[in-house]
Amino acid sequence: MSGLLFLIPIALFLGLIGLAGFLWTLRNGQYDDIDGASERILDDRYDDKPQD
Amino acid sequence: MLSCCPVDYALNDITEMRQSKGLDWTGDLVADPSPWVTYDQEGMAQLDILVPEAYCAACIGAIEGNFKKLESVKYARLNLTRKRLTVRWDESLNSAKDMMVVLEWLGYHGQPFNRDQFDNLKTDSYQKKLLTSLGVAGFAASNVMLLSVSVWAGADDSTRNFFHWISALIAIPALAYCGQIFFKSAYNALRHGQLNMDVPISLAVILATYISISETIAGGAHAYFDASITLVFFLLAGRYLDLSMRQRARSAAEQLMSMSAIAATIILPNGERKSIKLVDIKLGDKIFVAIGEKIPVDGLIIDGKSDVDNAFLTGESIPDLFDIGDQIHAGGINLTGSLTIKVSATGEDTLLADIIRLMEEAERTDAKYIRLADRVAKLYAPAVHILAAITLLGWMIVGKDFNESLFIATSVLIITCPCALGLAVPAVQVVASGILLRLGILLKDGIALEKLADIDMVVFDKTGTLTLGQPKLINADEISDEAMRVAASLAVNSKHPLSQAIVKAAEGRGLKYSANGNVTEEIGQGLYDEKSQIKLGKRNYAAPESMSIKNDVQAEFYLSIQAQTPIRFAFEDGLRPDAKVTVEKFKKSGLEVVILSGDREAAVKNVADILQIKTHKSGLSPQDKLAFVQTKQAAGKKIFVIGDGSNDAPALIAAHVSMSPGSASDVSQLSADLIFQSQSLSAAYKVWQVAKFSRGLIKQNIGLAIAYNIIAVPIAIMGLATPFVAAIAMSTSSMIVTLNALRLRLKEGGLS
Repeated sequence: MSGLLFLIPIALFLGLIGLAGFLWTLRNGQYDDIDGASERILDDRYDDKPQD
Repeated sequence: MLSCCPVDYALNDITEMRQSKGLDWTGDLVADPSPWVTYDQEGMAQLDILVPEAYCAACIGAIEGNFKKLESVKYARLNLTRKRLTVRWDESLNSAKDMMVVLEWLGYHGQPFNRDQFDNLKTDSYQKKLLTSLGVAGFAASNVMLLSVSVWAGADDSTRNFFHWISALIAIPALAYCGQIFFKSAYNALRHGQLNMDVPISLAVILATYISISETIAGGAHAYFDASITLVFFLLAGRYLDLSMRQRARSAAEQLMSMSAIAATIILPNGERKSIKLVDIKLGDKIFVAIGEKIPVDGLIIDGKSDVDNAFLTGESIPDLFDIGDQIHAGGINLTGSLTIKVSATGEDTLLADIIRLMEEAERTDAKYIRLADRVAKLYAPAVHILAAITLLGWMIVGKDFNESLFIATSVLIITCPCALGLAVPAVQVVASGILLRLGILLKDGIALEKLADIDMVVFDKTGTLTLGQPKLINADEISDEAMRVAASLAVNSKHPLSQAIVKAAEGRGLKYSANGNVTEEIGQGLYDEKSQIKLGKRNYAAPESMSIKNDVQAEFYLSIQAQTPIRFAFEDGLRPDAKVTVEKFKKSGLEVVILSGDREAAVKNVADILQIKTHKSGLSPQDKLAFVQTKQAAGKKIFVIGDGSNDAPALIAAHVSMSPGSASDVSQLSADLIFQSQSLSAAYKVWQVAKFSRGLIKQNIGLAIAYNIIAVPIAIMGLATPFVAAIAMSTSSMIVTLNALRLRLKEGGLS
């Protein structure tokens, strides 16, 4: 029982980090051009940094 | 194929680009986009351009890279999903037209458009909301499920209660947030006295949550938090698939709408030329039409003469000569000389507007089609409610108390939840529209795919649909290489379709020729090289002495070199490469095939004979075509119309379902449900195959869902559906129908 007291918060915390990451990608406009993103990855011009 | 990624090197300024193509090159067909330029806060000019031909990584690189090399350009971004290029630049350095020239120089035909015209903020924010909800529901579902698994594995009472409380803390806020999409829609439906799928969904989710809370407070064994949040997650996934397909269809429609947004060049009283939007043109204005441009309005020619291609309006594939004083119609393409026209009719009064009126009429009489899923939902929702109500009352009559009976009734609602309809049907449609996209077919409306599955008659237009709409040299064997070379060196100077057919034939033979620089174009007659006394053109121009020979072909040119005997070039409108196979396949599948054309009887009969089509009609007006389709459909036929001209547009709308080639006129592309980009007509057959298979899968999935309910519902009614049973049954059934939907993918390779 005592293990649960810190394991469950850890599990939830990790889940929340994932959720926050997802929401960030969404706000960041990463789903606006899905076809474009899958093509851009093939071009080494964007290797250093993603295009602004 | 489309011209993809033509160049990937850059020149640094516009002058250099022009020089690389010949000094006065300003881009073919480039209209002045200045009416569409907007300005941002920093005073930078901004232009949105649709680039339908861009579709790979190299296209992105070539376009963005070249724009960014211009000193004036501050921002250039191509959105490949929407085929949209946004450029921001300093207008003191480059004009808006320069931007179009860059694109043209790269080999892409762009179309400037007004952002406000298309951006549907409502859908965009709905999509964001849907994705956020999906993320939250995914997080909550996975964590609650994790806790539930430990409960099912046999946690002791105190641990179980503890887990129920944590589940409640995660699930309740998540459901309150993610469920809104369903709750709102259900509320709206109920307010209007209707039942939709969202009503049983909302009821199940709300009741399950209520029951679970009271169980948790009472320290009971069964809580449905996992089932309700998983349910919401699955259904949201289905909604997202549905939306993304609709968006794909919308951006196809968007591309087409932009096409009608062409500008016209007006000549002001002081002689100055200015580019204005079509809607701003007034009666009596003088409009300038450059070579290669589309005639923007109906009018009288007051200066210049030219060959004008009216194929989209009449179905006639060879251009006619128009001279001063002639009436000319919007929609034609000006081929050989620049024209000045005086506007005699605008918007409402043009010939095109007549066709549009017919289209509206056709639209009014077009029967409303109800999607299969909606038809099923109409029966499903009341059935589920009645079942749940009977269960509740039945158990109360038998002697259970209200809470227990409600608990069982709720489990009925959860078990019957329409995952198959909510998830599998959109999954089939998304896979199908993905396959179509790879085949080069744009789906403008998801319903079209469903409608296509029940056609029993195919109607083809001739010019531009069964044929390519471009003349082809047919007597090439009679012409020597030398004659061909001379003809091509003259012909390359002209935009006339017959000249271009000669150039194509010469290139097909691999002949080397250089453009003859001494050529003058006698508009409506032919081409003339005075220095070496060579003429290429119509018979009465280049070979008046051979007038006695019978003309048995659609069009001909003669080449006369000094005093030698003139050489004849004969042309016919060539069939699409696989027109015959496609027509045969349709016939073999038991569909009736018909040709409706506005062209001459002889030309239509010729094509019908080659393709072995019995029913063909020629010389039809747009009204006639519409009437044919309407009469047949009134008699119970479901017709698939394939056509490309503006004269087909009313028939395209009236048809059960319709398709246009990518080369078609704007109005007909707007009217058709599907657009195919490739040269080959087999797209028409393939799309029908995909539609039939999708329809089969959707029916199977509905069947599977019903079979599942027949097994699961009695268990639930008997009160044996514990949260564990509900979770397993629901996930398995959802997975089965989704996997079944994906079978469509396997079918893709075997399409022929």
